[in-house]
Amino acid sequence: MTTASSADHPTRRDFLFVATGAAAAVGGAAALWPFISQMNPDASTIAAGAPIEVDLSPVAEGQDIKVFWRGKPIYISHRTKKQIDEARAVNVASLPDPQSDEARVKSGHEQWLVVIGICTHLGCIPIAHEGNYDGFFCPCHGSQYDSSGRIRQGPAPANLPVPPYQFVSDTKIQIG
Amino acid sequence: MSGPSDYQPSNPALQWIERRLPILGLMHSSFVVYPTPRNLNYWWTFGAILSFMLGIQILTGVILAMHYTPHADLAFKSVELLVRDVNYGWLLRNMHAVGASMFFVAVYVHMLRGLYYGSYKEPREVLWILGVIIYLLMMATGFMGYVLPWGQMSFWGATVITNLFSAIPYVGESIVTLLWGGYSVGNPTLNRFFSLHYLLPFLIAGVVVLHVWALHVSGQNNPDGVEPKTEKDTVPFTPHATIKDMFGVSCFMLLYAWFIFYMPNYLGDADNYIPANPGVTPPHIVPEWYYLPFYAILRSIPNKLAGVIGMFSAIIILCFLPWLDAAKTKSSKYRPLAKQFFWIFVAVCILLGYLGAQPPEGIYVIAGRVLTFCYFAYFLIVLPLLSRIEKPRPVPNSISDAVLAKTGSRSTPMVSSAIVLALAGALFAGSADSARASEGSDKPPGNKWSFAGPFGKYDRGALQRGLKVYKEVCANCHGLSYVAFRNLAEAGGPGYSVAQAAAFASDYKVKDGPNDAGDMFERAGRPADYFPSPFPNEQAARAANGGAAPPDLSLITKARSYGRGFPMFIVDFFTQYQEQGPDYVSALLQGFEDKAPEGVTIPEGSYYNKYFPGHAIKMPKPLSDGQVTYDDGSPTTIAQYSKDVTTFLMWTAEPHMEARKRLGFQVFIFLIIFAGLMYFTKKKVWADSH
Ligand code: FES
Repeated sequence: MTTASSADHPTRRDFLFVATGAAAAVGGAAALWPFISQMNPDASTIAAGAPIEVDLSPVAEGQDIKVFWRGKPIYISHRTKKQIDEARAVNVASLPDPQSDEARVKSGHEQWLVVIGICTHLGCIPIAHEGNYDGFFCPCHGSQYDSSGRIRQGPAPANLPVPPYQFVSDTKIQIG
Repeated sequence: MSGPSDYQPSNPALQWIERRLPILGLMHSSFVVYPTPRNLNYWWTFGAILSFMLGIQILTGVILAMHYTPHADLAFKSVELLVRDVNYGWLLRNMHAVGASMFFVAVYVHMLRGLYYGSYKEPREVLWILGVIIYLLMMATGFMGYVLPWGQMSFWGATVITNLFSAIPYVGESIVTLLWGGYSVGNPTLNRFFSLHYLLPFLIAGVVVLHVWALHVSGQNNPDGVEPKTEKDTVPFTPHATIKDMFGVSCFMLLYAWFIFYMPNYLGDADNYIPANPGVTPPHIVPEWYYLPFYAILRSIPNKLAGVIGMFSAIIILCFLPWLDAAKTKSSKYRPLAKQFFWIFVAVCILLGYLGAQPPEGIYVIAGRVLTFCYFAYFLIVLPLLSRIEKPRPVPNSISDAVLAKTGSRSTPMVSSAIVLALAGALFAGSADSARASEGSDKPPGNKWSFAGPFGKYDRGALQRGLKVYKEVCANCHGLSYVAFRNLAEAGGPGYSVAQAAAFASDYKVKDGPNDAGDMFERAGRPADYFPSPFPNEQAARAANGGAAPPDLSLITKARSYGRGFPMFIVDFFTQYQEQGPDYVSALLQGFEDKAPEGVTIPEGSYYNKYFPGHAIKMPKPLSDGQVTYDDGSPTTIAQYSKDVTTFLMWTAEPHMEARKRLGFQVFIFLIIFAGLMYFTKKKVWADSH
């Protein structure tokens, strides 16, 4: 029914249809944005993810504590001399995810290991002071991390990540 | 009319599916080739508008449910945090809340259109009854949705409406207890309402499918009420009806957007920004505007049970309409008497709606009774009688005859009835407003607010000064519990830097804990913290303030209002006046007088305030000249303090107002262009069909 007059102004008619269709598509796409964006963390969640300060003085050598930052457990280990030496003795090139211990701690504070305690396999929480490497053992599928938090054995592909942190004093760090 | 389709897709994959599930054929026959009467006017686009609104409500509702907490202690707060913190949360909430009203606007137009053109008559009785069922489900859904924010109106609306069932003899009380899941409206009630509010829209969608199915069996009615006879009487649904419907929807979206972006609270009730309080009933319990006519019927009948029955029968009676009106002629266009009575009926409904919002006293009660009688008389007396005595004008032979006959005068009835309906809507909306009138107090004078109007912005200086006034004066008694220090650095706020907000926060002592030893401790405030409240709990606040707990101020400018009265509320719709709250707050701060005027006695421990409802306020005069020092040279007067602190409190209540108005402007530009394009496309498509 609509073909009869299309011979009169074929281009003008087509232009109108294309313009209307384009406007509808653009409007629809733009309207979609709020519906997707609302899924992102809201302002209070972002604000709650601000840096935290942790006092290290109560943590004795050989002990470790777990703190939470952005909902993630952070392991802070006060390593023994033995643990540090072990971590530094391995041949870095032989590791699944080669990284030297020096690169994973702050120089001058070698005794402190700060890692995100989430197994890089599928997100379980590894247990400290367990496994064959004086480090962490993940009970879910058997990944083993050494005293530097590096993956040594098991299905996990990468080392435990080091969160952004810095020493604000000798006994205090700020994570985030 | 949609018989088996001979539709065959050309794509082999689609053919494969089609042979097993002929869904494309169903779509094709229902929404593409489906013959639609060629004389439909724009009132018929409201079906599409309703489908659109249902889609919007379900979509935004599902999203709101992602951020909402259905718990009596957390529901109100979760709605506030959703509006404040979630990306575009304010937009989604406004879309949903305003969407409910728009849904009802559209359904009333749709129903009245059916009434006027006799769309309920043979062979469309089932179609009509399904429509009434949808309407009932909508009312139930709307009611339960209104309860979810858990404000004062939510709570007391839920109490009043569920108590309707207590009118049932013998088992009424048990039914009410069953509905509540407790001895009063409480957490179990809220939880089940949330569950049902989520469920019912999908039931509606299901009945809508049946409604459309029935429509496609009997075919659409049309303004002339003659069934299509030949192919000449119809046009294919696509593109003709689709494009026309889309144009209708885009025009409707303009109205919808007007509310979303510029007057989100116009249709709501200020009392619902006060958290639910089982101990205090607001002076007027007013349901949402779309229930008002039925609420008026309920209140007009002096017997409890009879009132409830009257209210429900006012809706149920619609189911019997096809048999009450036995006239052969469908369209009121050809029924001179029925047409007049139709408009009288519309007026009766509007007036009932107006009365539903008035206090049930004096003349209003009598008028309510008369109009209730008129309402039922229309169905039980007028329509049955008319179908016997009325002499209809001759109807055209066919739709094409009707189309040929009317050239020129086509749009006039459309325009006039559109105006009538617009006025009706405004009257409804405004009638809710007038019920809020604060009795026994003066009307606050209007102010020039920088944030008023479509391009309004907060005055940064006023926000900063207002914060100072709050901190030094108001904060001694009033909390600001929904505002976090980080908000001070957010766009559209007082314009502080992140560092300034952090420094401001660190001046406060915040309770935190427990620490490793299990003790609570105090620490300096951080940007993520909320303004600490001056009292640990409501009881302490009450005890320290002569029995009246100072309200939290986060939402005070939206939680206070005063009646604007007729015809101001209609004017307000066009001028976007939304500043009742700020006007009231600012007037209240300046309305203290040392001596009550002659004849007014103020009880011990209260103070006279010109603008406070009842004049006796427990708060002593909080501000005096020179009390707070300003560094920017602004006058240190009560008037200036009031203005600044009110501006600040408007921001705490609507922190995203600037973003809302900015986005609103962009949306309007787009919608106007889009509606224009749709209009010309529609004209092109229909060029050959008229
Ligand atoms: S999650 Fe740790 S080994 Fe699989």
